[in-house]
Amino acid sequence: MPNAPDPDAMPDAEKTTRPRSFQEIILRLQRYWAEKGCAIMQPYDMEVGAGTFHPATTLRSLGSKPWAAAYVQPSRRPTDGRYGENPNRLQHYYQYQVLIKPSPPDLQDLYLGSLAAIGIDLDIHDIRFVEDDWESPTLGAWGLGWEVWCDGMEVSQFTYFQQVGGHDCHPVSGELTYGLERLAMYVLGIDHVMDMPFNDPDAPIALSYGDVFRQTEEEYSRHNFDAAETEMLLRHFEDAEAECQRLLAEPHDDPRTGKRIVLAHPAYDQCIKASHLFNLLDARGVISVTERQAYIGRVRALAKLCADAFVATEAGGWTGEAA
Amino acid sequence: MPDLLLELFSEEIPARMQARASEDLRRLVTDALVEAGLTYAAAGAYATPRRLTLALEGLSAQSPTVTEERKGPRTDAPEKALEGFLRATGLTKDQLEARDDKKGQVWFAKVTKTGRPAAEIVAEVVPQVVRNFPWPKSMRWGAGSLRWVRPLHSILCILSDEAGATVVPFDVDGIASGDTTEGHRFMAPGRIKVTAFEDYEAKLRAAKVILDPQARADAIWHDATNLAFAAGLEVVEDRGLLAEVAGLVEWPVVLMGEIGADFLDLPPEVLRTSMKEHQKFFSVRNPASGRIERFVTVANRETTDHGATILAGNQKVLSARLSDAKFFWDNDLRVAKAGMDDWTEALKSVTFERRLGSVADRVERIADLSAEIAPLIGADPEQARTAARIAKADLHSEMVFEFPELQGTMGRYYAEAAGHPPEIAAVAQEHYQPLGPSDAVPTAPLSVAVALAEKIDTLTGFWAIDEKPTGSKDPFALRRAALGVIRILVDNHLRLRLYPLIDRQIVRHKITIHRPRAGDGVIDTLEEIVDEIAHHGVFGSAFRAVLDRLREAGTSHDLSDGSVLHTVGERVPDLSTDLLAFFHDRLKVHLRAEEIGHDVIDAALSKPPVDDLALVVSRARALQDFLRTPEGENLVQGYRRAANILAQAEEKDGVEYRFGADLKFAETEEERALFAALETATARIAPALEAEEFAAAMGHMAALRGPIDAFFEAVQVNADNQILRRNRLNLLHQIVQTCEQVADLGKLSG
Repeated sequence: MPNAPDPDAMPDAEKTTRPRSFQEIILRLQRYWAEKGCAIMQPYDMEVGAGTFHPATTLRSLGSKPWAAAYVQPSRRPTDGRYGENPNRLQHYYQYQVLIKPSPPDLQDLYLGSLAAIGIDLDIHDIRFVEDDWESPTLGAWGLGWEVWCDGMEVSQFTYFQQVGGHDCHPVSGELTYGLERLAMYVLGIDHVMDMPFNDPDAPIALSYGDVFRQTEEEYSRHNFDAAETEMLLRHFEDAEAECQRLLAEPHDDPRTGKRIVLAHPAYDQCIKASHLFNLLDARGVISVTERQAYIGRVRALAKLCADAFVATEAGGWTGEAA
Repeated sequence: MPDLLLELFSEEIPARMQARASEDLRRLVTDALVEAGLTYAAAGAYATPRRLTLALEGLSAQSPTVTEERKGPRTDAPEKALEGFLRATGLTKDQLEARDDKKGQVWFAKVTKTGRPAAEIVAEVVPQVVRNFPWPKSMRWGAGSLRWVRPLHSILCILSDEAGATVVPFDVDGIASGDTTEGHRFMAPGRIKVTAFEDYEAKLRAAKVILDPQARADAIWHDATNLAFAAGLEVVEDRGLLAEVAGLVEWPVVLMGEIGADFLDLPPEVLRTSMKEHQKFFSVRNPASGRIERFVTVANRETTDHGATILAGNQKVLSARLSDAKFFWDNDLRVAKAGMDDWTEALKSVTFERRLGSVADRVERIADLSAEIAPLIGADPEQARTAARIAKADLHSEMVFEFPELQGTMGRYYAEAAGHPPEIAAVAQEHYQPLGPSDAVPTAPLSVAVALAEKIDTLTGFWAIDEKPTGSKDPFALRRAALGVIRILVDNHLRLRLYPLIDRQIVRHKITIHRPRAGDGVIDTLEEIVDEIAHHGVFGSAFRAVLDRLREAGTSHDLSDGSVLHTVGERVPDLSTDLLAFFHDRLKVHLRAEEIGHDVIDAALSKPPVDDLALVVSRARALQDFLRTPEGENLVQGYRRAANILAQAEEKDGVEYRFGADLKFAETEEERALFAALETATARIAPALEAEEFAAAMGHMAALRGPIDAFFEAVQVNADNQILRRNRLNLLHQIVQTCEQVADLGKLSG
């Protein structure tokens, strides 16, 4: 990072606390949560609708084993595409996700510390925890918590998971989700997402968010709304569903190695695929109101099967006694 | 007499749950303490976003020692029974006393419950209450199993008297009770030790927490109105919002900000809704122009820059929100000015209810019925049809998609933008009214026609598919719809017969429901029946007339069991009767507010037409007023006496005495006077009934009271002379008949 601003070298007190670019906010969050003991993971290599879908959250929130992870997750919401024109709506955006199990007693304070780390001065802002219960019908998951407001703007989602994939969470995970673009625009004082500095504005090759993403927003908006082949998407949905079920029907003992190898993660990949395909079909407008519920139910059924499988693995807390 | 202070300190409690939770805490703890034998002088319950607090004054220091005698088994009962009794009482056999009882010799035990110190009882009660607290939604956290609304962090529980404060020691899932709490999260972090309620409240205030929610609400309202007043403006009152905001802050700081000039031309409803729903801002209005020009937001803290950063941030968020709203408004106005066709077209693909078709189907049904109602209430049918067709167009506008609560309000703006005259545009807003028992009813004829049609369409539709309200379940708000119809008719005193309207609309629903499986001919026939209902008044005769005509013309329809026409023909009258009975039930509930009894309404409902609700209510009101007078009360007694004697005689003789009381058989002066009075009354009642002047009619009836009383005083009805007896019984029938002309007094409860 040769061009990253060195806080110590900056004379202006204001600049020592305020980040200058989108990526600096991400880097500061990474550093902060790493210091707090989280495993800094990388994005999951599949198309997902939100950071929650990353197996580091969905699956790891299940079972009794402690866990602490933080990561950036590129997220796709095909229906939110606006060809890059809307100041804060994107079909592809970034979430920052933190999951700690069991939720530590000082999670609220830890969270507030992360806001300070990205340059929000807690002495002059008004931070509020406003009731907002979270539910994901496709994951069969719900939790209680808040949306966090900074001077009236929602900057994060804060949730104590109660159920995932139909399983009660024991212990309970605390989940933090930051909508990175929106948060960064707020901290950097930017009105249109495409104008936001992506890297340092004083870098020799300064790039804005628009330089990086305007064209892809256009391409994907067209793709999602008009170009994606719906017949194929429908077929792929069926395939992913069947494959997920087939993988989970495989015996737990692997014939090749003789070991117990449950196919929880490969099956969950298919569940993620089905979920994203459903989102695309929804954006293409080929799913009626009544069918919608049915599709969501099918994805949820897969998520539940995967959750069942995961709790039958070592990472899911399986010890062999229950089998 | 010590005081008890209890505080449950947690992460942020949802604002909407705080009031109920503090009250539940008070009730559950005091009930349990009283149950355990303690008393207290006063209780105060409080809530902030992070704490529930209960303060009890004058708690008894201990529960009294109580001795009670308990009766055991007989002395000759099997050994097992005695063992059980000893176990239950915790005594030994030599501590029992044998005494004679009705059934023989029986063991008695004296059981003494020793009084216990308050601290011991509190230490049992509080963990119980915490574990079983009735939160609407609760959660677990960390690795524990305790449930609370959000993670519970600490419990303060002290008993204090002149000697000082002592912690009531207990532990709930690892949270040990103590004598400390925390102040404001940001302005005064750290633990605070307290010794009693006054000390607690004062130290919290010093630590930037106002404990009492009402005090926070008052402070907010006081500061907000002052700020607005200083700027020559006024805050738009909103009690719900005030209570919610008071539940979001521990240390309210009121800030007033500007709404960007770009947004001042948005309709005030849009500004108010956007600011309230998204940001929990109060609207600040210019009293001269009525325009909303500023907002008030309530922060949870003081800052060194006097809220400048907070206000700037809020203002920015508001601008983004209002930019969205303005974007929707501009887009919507474009569609509206083009005639709103895009929206009405789009409503074809929006399902109203799976079986009842699309919203567009519903709009067409409502338009037809509105056009039929219009001439009955002095509105133009074609205007009514037009108004009905555009009344729901805004459901597809972007603004209503974003703010569903603005449906109708936006419709009115958009209809005006589309060039419709104000009375038609107003229908978009007014046809939803009344929205609740306290909402105004529409009075403009066009609005009334569409409002009635909208509600009748809803009711008949859900009746047609058997989705009536049951018990506490009324997912489609059908009770509200029925009450709406009742209030529109009664408040405007509109004389309408409901049966023809209900019948027509049920058949229209049947057409929607059966269209997919019925042949064209059947649908045509059903449509013909709808048209005929206007001439025949009810479905039954219209149905028969149309079928007869088809038969004569040689057209035949499948009328076998299970055919569409057979099903429709069978069910429509039953559904109508059932739906009207539902209206009558709702009417009884509605008139309870006027203290008109169920029996009075039943009496009024014994006179046709029962589907003219305004008339039913006129009757019921006249009767109820009459019953409140001594004349009314006495007349009803005379009526009852006559009716009872008559009924007994008819029962005994097995004949009906219904005709031919003849003056020539009148023996006494009192009999003749009653004949004359009945004749006079009948002659006067008839024109009063004709003019529907029920109070006047009942006044004429009241004149009968004297002659009836005198008659019963002087005359033996069951005379030995059979001719006289028959004549007098027939005369009694005449009394009964005369008195029942306004309503069936026999339905009145004693």
